[in-house]
Amino acid sequence: MFAIARSAVRSRASAARFSLTATAASIHTLPKLDYAYDALEPHISGEIMQLHHTKHHQTYVNGLNAAEEAYAKTETPKERIKLQAALKFNGGGHINHSLFWKNLAPTNAGGGALEAGPLKEAIDRDFGSFDKLKEKMNATTAAIQGSGWGWLGYNNATKKLEIVTTANQDPLLTGLTGMPRRTAHAPIIGIDIWEHAFYLQYKNVKPDYLKAIWNVVNFKEAEKRLVEATQ
Amino acid sequence: MLKLTRAALSRPRFASTLTLSAAAIHTLPKLDYAYDALEPHISGEIMTLHHTKHHQTYVNGLNAAEEAYAKTETAKERIQSQAALKFNGGGHINHSLFWKNLAPTSEGGGKLQDGPLKQAIERDFGSLEELKKQLNSTTAAIQGSGWGWLGYNQTTKKLEVITTSNQDPLLSHTPIIGIDIWEHAFYLQYKNVKPDYLNAIWSVVNFNEAEKRLVEASK
Repeated sequence: MFAIARSAVRSRASAARFSLTATAASIHTLPKLDYAYDALEPHISGEIMQLHHTKHHQTYVNGLNAAEEAYAKTETPKERIKLQAALKFNGGGHINHSLFWKNLAPTNAGGGALEAGPLKEAIDRDFGSFDKLKEKMNATTAAIQGSGWGWLGYNNATKKLEIVTTANQDPLLTGLTGMPRRTAHAPIIGIDIWEHAFYLQYKNVKPDYLKAIWNVVNFKEAEKRLVEATQ
Repeated sequence: MLKLTRAALSRPRFASTLTLSAAAIHTLPKLDYAYDALEPHISGEIMTLHHTKHHQTYVNGLNAAEEAYAKTETAKERIQSQAALKFNGGGHINHSLFWKNLAPTSEGGGKLQDGPLKQAIERDFGSLEELKKQLNSTTAAIQGSGWGWLGYNQTTKKLEVITTSNQDPLLSHTPIIGIDIWEHAFYLQYKNVKPDYLNAIWSVVNFNEAEKRLVEASK
């Protein structure tokens, strides 16, 4: 269910499981990047990577810990419902960014290189070609009206790769009980289209950012996720 | 309802209605001040990009959406057009109001004089400082992109702080002061430190314009 999201969110308190029950408050921490802040240049600037990681993502981590701490003290459904927005926003922010850092890689560490294998096959099967996937994903992501994320997701019901978007920090959700199976996807590749993700470098020219980011997409990680999702 | 917003939009050549018979040509309104006139509170770089790129894109998008709407023939097609009309129409309305509710400090920006607006603020918030605190914290708490507003509630006859998401226009209240909290409105200058932007913008809020809107709304 949350398998991919869980593995992406490494909790320091190893005994504390990532659960949203009223009894366990876990301490979430900012995951380290696998590369230096400037390692994705010139595609994504070191300035952006540093602010994005140390300020924006850190704020979601802090907010999630605070929301979970407050949640652990709730006693009524009304109080719990009141906290849902903070849990979704900060929890989603933490999940989404944790997935994001992992699905980026420097070009000298395989970033941008889609090798032959199950991911390439699935892309060719479901989109015709890698270029067509890029075109469609970029157009869909650029068209988001506000802040959000563009995703390549695996739909377990249709057994296909599909492009979906989420608003604000809503996480991409896999088959939770009660969710129509058709709308559940496992995240394969996520693209942050909040303005903080690109503005310092690309200003209002979203399409330039969206073209550039494919040079640093970590296709090995994406393939791992697809293989796990198809098991 | 949309009275003030219609007046805030630059005059189109045809009646600005969303009927099938008239397609209006919306244009980017000029600013009443130079791009760098709001410095150091809002940088000239931001003002230039915000006006000539972001707002212009909403204007272009609105014209395209209205042109497409004029060709629709079914309810389904019209409903499909709604998102584009709301996003671009809201973007045009909101930004047109925004440029007007900012002014250089040399032209009264940041100065709340005695009068109906000051009275209403003190009546409904206690003081201008209290209003600033409330509007800033509410606006900073928006989860995503959107706008913070001081609005006049026609039912309660009070000034209230409200927010709208993305480019949704303020419809439930008459807009008195709007603050753009989309990241493009401040990021180049303030980076992630939203509170610094929200503190600074009050130095260039056009309280004269805000008062005009309140007086019109209270008639």
